[in-house]
Amino acid sequence: MRVTHWLTFIAFIALLVTGGLIVISHPRFYWGEVGNVNTKPLFVIPIPASRGTVPTGYKYEMPDENGWSRALHFEAAWVAVLAGLVYGIFGLWSGHFKNLIPARRDWNWPAYRDRMAKYLRRAPPNGAEERSYNVLQRTAYVVVIFVLFPLMIWTGLAMSPSFTAAFPATAALVGGRQSARTIHFFVSWLLLLFLFVHVAMVALSGFRSRMRAMITGYTRKSGERP
Amino acid sequence: MNPITRRRLIRGGVAAVAGVAGLAAADRLAKRYGLIPPDGSGIYGPGETLTYACQRLLTTRTPAREFSRSMISKNPFANAVAPPNDAFKRLAAAGFKDWRLVVDGTVAHPLSLSLADLKALGLHSQITEVACEEGWSYIAEWIGTPLSGVLREAGVLPQTRYVVYTSTEEDAWESIDMQDAGDPHTLLTMGMNDGDLPVPFGGPLRLRLPRQLGYKSLKYINRITATDNIRKFGKGLGGVDAEYGYAWYAGI
Repeated sequence: MRVTHWLTFIAFIALLVTGGLIVISHPRFYWGEVGNVNTKPLFVIPIPASRGTVPTGYKYEMPDENGWSRALHFEAAWVAVLAGLVYGIFGLWSGHFKNLIPARRDWNWPAYRDRMAKYLRRAPPNGAEERSYNVLQRTAYVVVIFVLFPLMIWTGLAMSPSFTAAFPATAALVGGRQSARTIHFFVSWLLLLFLFVHVAMVALSGFRSRMRAMITGYTRKSGERP
Repeated sequence: MNPITRRRLIRGGVAAVAGVAGLAAADRLAKRYGLIPPDGSGIYGPGETLTYACQRLLTTRTPAREFSRSMISKNPFANAVAPPNDAFKRLAAAGFKDWRLVVDGTVAHPLSLSLADLKALGLHSQITEVACEEGWSYIAEWIGTPLSGVLREAGVLPQTRYVVYTSTEEDAWESIDMQDAGDPHTLLTMGMNDGDLPVPFGGPLRLRLPRQLGYKSLKYINRITATDNIRKFGKGLGGVDAEYGYAWYAGI
């Protein structure tokens, strides 16, 4: 379980960096099936491109890193998918996901508001929360694991000419190849946002002890001998 | 720390043996069924191999995505090409009458075909998308003759595993496996949107592979070589793009 967490972390960083480098070769985004420099973009990132054919308004061309970036992007995607598969099977088998789905009594706005207020007051976690996750954590994890990561895989596959040949609905259901690319871009930002909040929360709750727990699997209670 | 119990040791040992045996079996199966691409070695080899093997197992024999006529792009983007050399300019001045496609390698009857010869093999049309690795794309109607018909005409020998194709552009060559070579959508393209294929889009002859990214659809094709040994070509990675780090199998 912890192994899949760290494999996913390494793969995610690789995907993020290489994804950014690939975007630089065409920092224009479209909606629908097709889009190119002769069509109207949905939006343009105002940066120089790594290819001379993209009209960016800059004289400068960024270094072109697409060769290794693409190779690493797809390899890291395999690492993330395989780690996710192991995690998913293990999660179902061990009942881990039961600790992640928010409890039914928390499926309401006040529960979220109260937990948010506690965060803002920096109130210490209560007994149950120390051993498990609170409603905000559960919601964030469930969204990342069951919505954002699957959406990344889906929109990634929707850009594959061979995969969409076999399963045209992959592209059609999200509005086409270019829509898939645009969604893929935005969801990567949401995942990056999650990473920031996640690391910030780990830092606030004691970076060293949390890291030790996540690497070795053991938590040390105060007074307990190591 | 928990002590290492006999039970944990046995469980770990069994898992390790099963893992190694599984990998060995997967490797043998992959070799046996030709699931390892020419660029399936090196640090990115595992990724390339997994992608190629999964595509071959899951999506083989499904036709390329075709679109309705109304989806044809009004302003397709030709992308940059190197300025043509003198030989190309001379051929262009004569309306490509003397353009030849040489078919050689592991074939029973090597051929040298003019554009008229290719057209005589029967024209097909398809409305498919060009998707560039950079991210952009467009849809056009492509008219030409399937590569498979040319290979049949030349009598491809049974040991053939790859088809290498070469462009008049300097240092531009690529290859595909026999699955893609036999795909009816793998088209030696001479026309686009009801006209002759314009030079910026690869005219007079472009090999269109709609199930792979644009860089596999080489422009200005003048040679097709069937082979049983891809290692003999260039650095042995199956294409000039693979030598620059791009995936040989660009169905992705």
